[in-house]
Amino acid sequence: MEHGAPMLKVFGIWFNLSNVMMLLVAALIVFLIAFIATRNLQLKPTGMQNFMEWIMDFVKGIINSNMDWKDGGRFHVLGITLIMFIFVANMLGLPFAIVVNGDLWWKSPTADPTVTMTLAATVLILSHYYGIKLKGLKGYAGGYIKPMPFLFPLKVIEEFANTLTLGLRLYGNIYAGEILLTLLAGLASASIFGFAAAILPMMLWQGFSIFIGAIQAFIFVMLTMVYLSHKVADDH
Amino acid sequence: MFFDYLVLGAAGEFLNIGDILATLVIFIGLMLLLKKFAWGPLMGVMQQREDLIKSEIETAENSRLESQKMLEEQRTLLKDARTQAQEIVENAKKQGEVSREEIITTARAESGRMKEAAVQEIANERDKAISAVREEVVALSLLAATKVLEKEISEEDNRQLINETIAKAGEVQ
Repeated sequence: MEHGAPMLKVFGIWFNLSNVMMLLVAALIVFLIAFIATRNLQLKPTGMQNFMEWIMDFVKGIINSNMDWKDGGRFHVLGITLIMFIFVANMLGLPFAIVVNGDLWWKSPTADPTVTMTLAATVLILSHYYGIKLKGLKGYAGGYIKPMPFLFPLKVIEEFANTLTLGLRLYGNIYAGEILLTLLAGLASASIFGFAAAILPMMLWQGFSIFIGAIQAFIFVMLTMVYLSHKVADDH
Repeated sequence: MFFDYLVLGAAGEFLNIGDILATLVIFIGLMLLLKKFAWGPLMGVMQQREDLIKSEIETAENSRLESQKMLEEQRTLLKDARTQAQEIVENAKKQGEVSREEIITTARAESGRMKEAAVQEIANERDKAISAVREEVVALSLLAATKVLEKEISEEDNRQLINETIAKAGEVQ
């Protein structure tokens, strides 16, 4: 269960090759799904195009529940990419894990805090960027003393707390899922009785993990839009 | 380090800057690629559809208004035609009434004239007949007188003859 990671140092920077590879795999799968689904686009949608449009409308619904489409339309692409990327990334660790020479290679990229924290920090930095861009430096700074000036320290803490919880929620859920899957797999591979005992909980947990992965992808995008709207929209 | 146990992830004592960079590059690259190859065209199609539906609705609304207008027009035309037809019937009736009156008047006048003519004719005929009778009487009288003069007969015979003649004349009359 305690696996190492395939670390590689390039120009004094450490890479976890497993993360890099899994990120690439996730990105490739998402791109292929989206690319194939959007070939031969038609006004009367069929098959995969329907599915893609459903995702677009779903994300559009998330954005619309948080802010005006006039403000939020620019985050549409970000939202769709995020939800698909995170969902696919969450799913990757479910069917199996590959360990080579004690190094864990195949896993969910989102089961690594560095990856999820990077995504979360990107989102939060984007929210600050768009907050300044759309409301001006004054409007952005004013957001910290609303509704009461004495809330300023809390507001600052909130920014860091948002980043931390956004990233760690995703990481924790997926990582925990993978740990339990690894344990069950260990039990199943131990003996014939272990296999018999593990197969049912394994299937249950995998099904539940699919659910968790979908929910976490949705929550991540939902919270992204909430944080963005806090900074961007006028009614907050 | 003192806070080692707080550091997350498998790496332990060092921060994976490389992972951060890789995540950023891969995610942003994916987003840009998808925007260019998938979301962009898809959004374009969805927008196109939206526009199409909008224009279709507009067209439908327009044609509805147009048909409404035409219906109104037709209704007015029908109403006009009906009034016109009624007028024509009314006129014809009036015309008929007038000609009936005329015909009757003409017929009445004609019959009056004919009656008058007949009366005239009758009077004429009567006069003619009377004068003819008179001439006959005169001729008979002359005949009787001649007979009297020709035959020297008695006064009684004479009277009887005259009477006979007169009776004959009366019969003729």
